[in-house]
Amino acid sequence: MSTRIHIKGGHLIDPTNDIDAVTDLWIADGKVQSIAKAPDGFTADQTINAEQQIVCPGLIDLSARIREPGQEHKATIASETTAAAKAGITTLVCPPDTQPVIDSPAIVELIHLKAREAGMSHLHMLGALTCNLGGELISEMHSLKEAGVLGMSNANQPVPNSLILGRAFEYAATHDLTVFIRPDDNGLSDNGCVHESALSSRLGLPGIPEAAETVAVARHLELIEQTGVRAHFSQLSTARAANMIARARHDGLKVTADVAIHHLYLTDIDIRDYNSACHLIPPLRSERDRDGLRDALKQGVIDAICSDHQPHDPDAKQAPFPDTEPGMSGLDTLLPLVKRLADEKLLSLSEAIDRVTRLPANILGLDQGHLSVGANADICIFDPDMSWGVSSDTLNSAGHNTPFIGWEMHGRATRTLVNGQLIFSTDHD
Amino acid sequence: MSSVKTQAQPTQPVKLRPGNIQLDQQGKLRHFLAIEGLPKTVLTQILDTAESFTASEEKKFELLKGHTIANLFFEPSTRTRTTFELAAKRLSADVLNINISASSSSKGETLLDMLRNLEAMHVDMFVVRHGSSGAAHFIANHVPKHVSVLNAGDGSHEHPTQAMLDMFTIRQHKPDFPSLRVAIVGDIMHSRVARSQIHALNTLGVGELRVIAPQTLLPAGIDKMGVQVYQDMDAGIKDVDVVIMLRLQRERMHGAFIPSEHEYFKLYGMTEARLALAKPNAIVMHPGPINRGVEMDSAVADGSHSVILQQVSNGIAVRMAAMAMAMRNPDGSSAS
Repeated sequence: MSTRIHIKGGHLIDPTNDIDAVTDLWIADGKVQSIAKAPDGFTADQTINAEQQIVCPGLIDLSARIREPGQEHKATIASETTAAAKAGITTLVCPPDTQPVIDSPAIVELIHLKAREAGMSHLHMLGALTCNLGGELISEMHSLKEAGVLGMSNANQPVPNSLILGRAFEYAATHDLTVFIRPDDNGLSDNGCVHESALSSRLGLPGIPEAAETVAVARHLELIEQTGVRAHFSQLSTARAANMIARARHDGLKVTADVAIHHLYLTDIDIRDYNSACHLIPPLRSERDRDGLRDALKQGVIDAICSDHQPHDPDAKQAPFPDTEPGMSGLDTLLPLVKRLADEKLLSLSEAIDRVTRLPANILGLDQGHLSVGANADICIFDPDMSWGVSSDTLNSAGHNTPFIGWEMHGRATRTLVNGQLIFSTDHD
Repeated sequence: MSSVKTQAQPTQPVKLRPGNIQLDQQGKLRHFLAIEGLPKTVLTQILDTAESFTASEEKKFELLKGHTIANLFFEPSTRTRTTFELAAKRLSADVLNINISASSSSKGETLLDMLRNLEAMHVDMFVVRHGSSGAAHFIANHVPKHVSVLNAGDGSHEHPTQAMLDMFTIRQHKPDFPSLRVAIVGDIMHSRVARSQIHALNTLGVGELRVIAPQTLLPAGIDKMGVQVYQDMDAGIKDVDVVIMLRLQRERMHGAFIPSEHEYFKLYGMTEARLALAKPNAIVMHPGPINRGVEMDSAVADGSHSVILQQVSNGIAVRMAAMAMAMRNPDGSSAS
């Protein structure tokens, strides 16, 4: 039985429909029924008072590790889809490097089943581009697509042979699948753990040069052009790579790109005395890179922003820096950090929201990320002024590994709707 | 001449963090993890303290009687571990030698568990050698206030006692650092010794500091560490007062850092003919162990300019100084 909901008095931001105003929203049958004017004869089962709040499409996160199956001691589908819901994120996309790898329909079904059982945010997947991410045999992409994957990716694993990579692209193109590429030349990154710079040299930490990303972007761009596959670059970390994407787009190649939100705020300086919370892959890079990525975002060269969520158990980060596991927990801080881009006047709030709603939906080929009449009612309501300190007590993800611990955030979700159901609320109205 | 000098004046390294875990609130040495971040006064105090030990008629001191020092070596070492052990014994401390092979980590015991166990045995100081950069910092961040940590080499980061014994040896021969021209030759990229030496020499105000190596053995941004970069050995060694040769790991050709030991020696090996380009009274140093015929000729290693064996004996006094200065009382106050 579906709930009929009236969201009242909120500031509605829907970039797709160019709405940025205080107005009401009516929901029934899991869909948006009307905006601004109540549908005839609508009687709400539930009225949500959204005064002083922003009402926008639920956030869509292009990259979030859920750790299940395989590493349930770090996080589970239930824990992370719940954390996402509490952070205003209504759709998560999980890369294929679970254990076992998402390279068979059975794993896709298992994850879908668990996500349905949890009943919180939507969980989508990318399928493995090659079997077991081994880089040698192409996966059963057609079967994976039928099972519901939204695209193909080899996650952080290399495909050393360019012939195989090209064939994988061709096969993906055959089945109208987007390939998601986290550009890294495995030889150049060479087990590095931080950005290669004077700082990495001083700390004695093995560096990952800028070229590890740019060489990979160049190689992939050539094969994308040759094969005609639809492609998306994930988590760019260097300004030069963003420039290469800009040039390729200028030359007519239809590629998209995203950036992890923390790369817009942090640099390798934040590693300081071996802060393992800053052990990330791709690594935090220079100030020049951070500024270049911000610029590329503003110019639209980088389309979307993701959390690159990678929750860990505490032990994974309790060791000498190079021996810790890379990645940070990012779901809880995605919304306030995206909003902060507007506070810092890099983007308008509507533009910032666009980068985590409409644009990622387009990249995924999903008819989501907007509040048109008839659209799925996946909605984030947040208090833009609510300030909260990031600490173990305030994080909802099972992973508390974030370099933003101690930061003051402004903005937090107060209610989240998925398919027109209120799945999270900070109060009971 | 094919010497490659970096364009700009070397810039002073930026200090990492003002709140320094190496110093206590009185500014005294608390842990000895890295040269970087320590003020000149502390470095000079280490040298002076070491000198007081070498100048003394006594061989054994009661300074650390009742204290327990654990040598925690995650990497094999003979020389460094032995001199630390000897230093601790000459200060009358009880010494525990623990060599941890890679296999113990496969037992699933984390580094923190191991530390907790050792602390339960009332160890007062850890001397740590570890293959991962930052390991000594990590341990220092996780010990109680009465336990101090001495870094005996972490990854490619620092090896501060080695650098201080080198400074001590230089000072014995050439006490006026501002007038000195020093060259460090070889595998700077992988060398924790070189990083510590660079910081120590700059902190002590050396006149000119050069590094000499092919580009493949120079770390990124080396020119921002207060050094002049040379790729030509003959140009780099000209008129220097001190030459510090670094050890070349014999397997470096496998990572395509150098083509062969033969070509490396031809270009960067120290021979008597090359040494003649330096100042007539120049000293030649090496942290050991030497690959004869790879880094230097035996004629140089055993020749009159070589101070390599003095470095080894000075290692004991310098490590005694660092131990005595860093040791804590049970309430966390300085024991020295």
